[in-house]
Amino acid sequence: MGVSERITAVDVVKVAKLARLDLSPDAIDRTTAQLAGMLEHFADIDALDLDAVQPMTQPYPLQNVFREDVIVAGLDRDEVLAAAPSAEDGRFRVPPIVGIDA
Amino acid sequence: MSAASSPQMSATEIAAGVRSGRLKAVDVLEQHLARITANESDVHAFNLVLADEARSAAAAVDAAVAAGTDPGPLAGVPLALKDNMCTHGIATTCSSKILEGWKPPYDATVVTRLAAAGAVTVGKTNLDEFAMGSSTENSAFGPTRNPHDLGRVPGGSSGGSAAAVAAGFASVSLGSDTGGSIRQPAALCGVVGVKPTYGYVSRYGLVAFASSLDQIGPFTNTVEDAALLLDVIGGHDPMDSTSIPDPQPSLRDAITQGVEGLRVGRITDLPGGADADVDERLEAAFDALREAGATIVDVQVPAFGYGLTAYYLIAPSEASSNLARYDGVRYGLRVDSSDTNSMYSATRAAGFGEEVQRRIMLGTYALSAGYYDAYYGKALKVRRLIADDFDRAYQSADVLLTPTAPTVAFEFGSKTDNPLAMYLCDTYTIPTNLAGHPGMSVPFGTGQAGMPVGVQVLAGTLGEPTMFRAAAALERAMQQ
Repeated sequence: MGVSERITAVDVVKVAKLARLDLSPDAIDRTTAQLAGMLEHFADIDALDLDAVQPMTQPYPLQNVFREDVIVAGLDRDEVLAAAPSAEDGRFRVPPIVGIDA
Repeated sequence: MSAASSPQMSATEIAAGVRSGRLKAVDVLEQHLARITANESDVHAFNLVLADEARSAAAAVDAAVAAGTDPGPLAGVPLALKDNMCTHGIATTCSSKILEGWKPPYDATVVTRLAAAGAVTVGKTNLDEFAMGSSTENSAFGPTRNPHDLGRVPGGSSGGSAAAVAAGFASVSLGSDTGGSIRQPAALCGVVGVKPTYGYVSRYGLVAFASSLDQIGPFTNTVEDAALLLDVIGGHDPMDSTSIPDPQPSLRDAITQGVEGLRVGRITDLPGGADADVDERLEAAFDALREAGATIVDVQVPAFGYGLTAYYLIAPSEASSNLARYDGVRYGLRVDSSDTNSMYSATRAAGFGEEVQRRIMLGTYALSAGYYDAYYGKALKVRRLIADDFDRAYQSADVLLTPTAPTVAFEFGSKTDNPLAMYLCDTYTIPTNLAGHPGMSVPFGTGQAGMPVGVQVLAGTLGEPTMFRAAAALERAMQQ
């Protein structure tokens, strides 16, 4: 499949759900048009023959980066929790995750 | 109207003066704070000015000198930090509403190293939200203005850090560069800006945008100051698993060498699009290096022009993953809701600005099932082509010279309605990030409307010493 395939509002709604972004109908339309314009430009790489090219995920490959297996101090728990929107009993507090209609 | 300030002293001279006792760190600081008081309301370089903390730090530096202790190689140097670097107990916002008010529980490694070297932090600088942008117009806290012309942008995303140095609010500053975010604002504000080799400077405590591309680097008034700063912040850090473990040679030693015999590459298939005034300054830079003893050679980097596409698929993909952490649970903004999923979606929609949401959407799309191979996978292959092309070019050239940005600083609002036009500002800087190579912008005269023009010097992996030699030669040519 080529990069030039046209993105639709249906795609954008699906992607917004995956990205956990509550987009308004206006924002969906605007995003669809803008992403379509960008993807059209990005189709330039369709002209390249990339079959034999190995993907490059990072520029300076280091492997097996380990440290000595010794205990070191971590962040202070109370300080970390103090920055949270809501905390209780040494934990982050969130709305219900289970027992709701999804 | 201009708020630009020509420095009376370089950071190197400040540090030498303070260490010897000839200068007081508190006096140096007050001169910079006075310029902040006079012009910051026009420029808006800072999200936060730390005047009290800076006065305490400067007094401590002076006390150390009085007690016969060396405060370090950056003694008393007023410094500004891009507001995406974590400072323990001091607000770090990334110019985003989603992190407003957050106080990190730790310092970034660069912050620790700079403090240990005697630098005095005067504030946290404005940026395009989460470093996504080329004009600093995407900040949730309002744009920064170019000190050379307050009607024009300072570039971005590290626009606040570039403007802080150009306006004399700080002697030096740090920025981060994912696709040009140090070099492009450096060019637009007429200061030196360096993106080191990927892994040269620790990213620990730098709020992540695109982890395989992000690097921290300095903004300075002189090439020597940039070398001084990199010698302090560079080097291995066990807290960053991508930090290069090899020892780094002193860049301050490198700049004293000339460019006699250096092979300076001209990319003959460089994408066009730079304005005539910018091209003119680039030609003048080639001439200057030739006169200084370098040889100009022609090279090809055929995949250079595909960098923009590869970058705008890879960087948003990585960003969409990195920014998943802003979910209203552990820090920053939360928009309350009856369940977690709707809390996430409402929080992120309210907390992220338009450009950040656009890039998250683009990245999520490029990584989504059915599109991964066509977009992200293909972009990774183009990235390899670009790196291979550069490697071939560096067999016949030691450094390459290009424009840093295609134009001088542009006027506010001129590109905000067209994201792609804004992205094209980074045409010449992006391929370096994809390859992981170092690059730096050196001020090289002025173009249209008397605005600064920067010339970009590029080198291969860990080619900083050679890159700095060429940059220093350009700077000398401008001083003649």
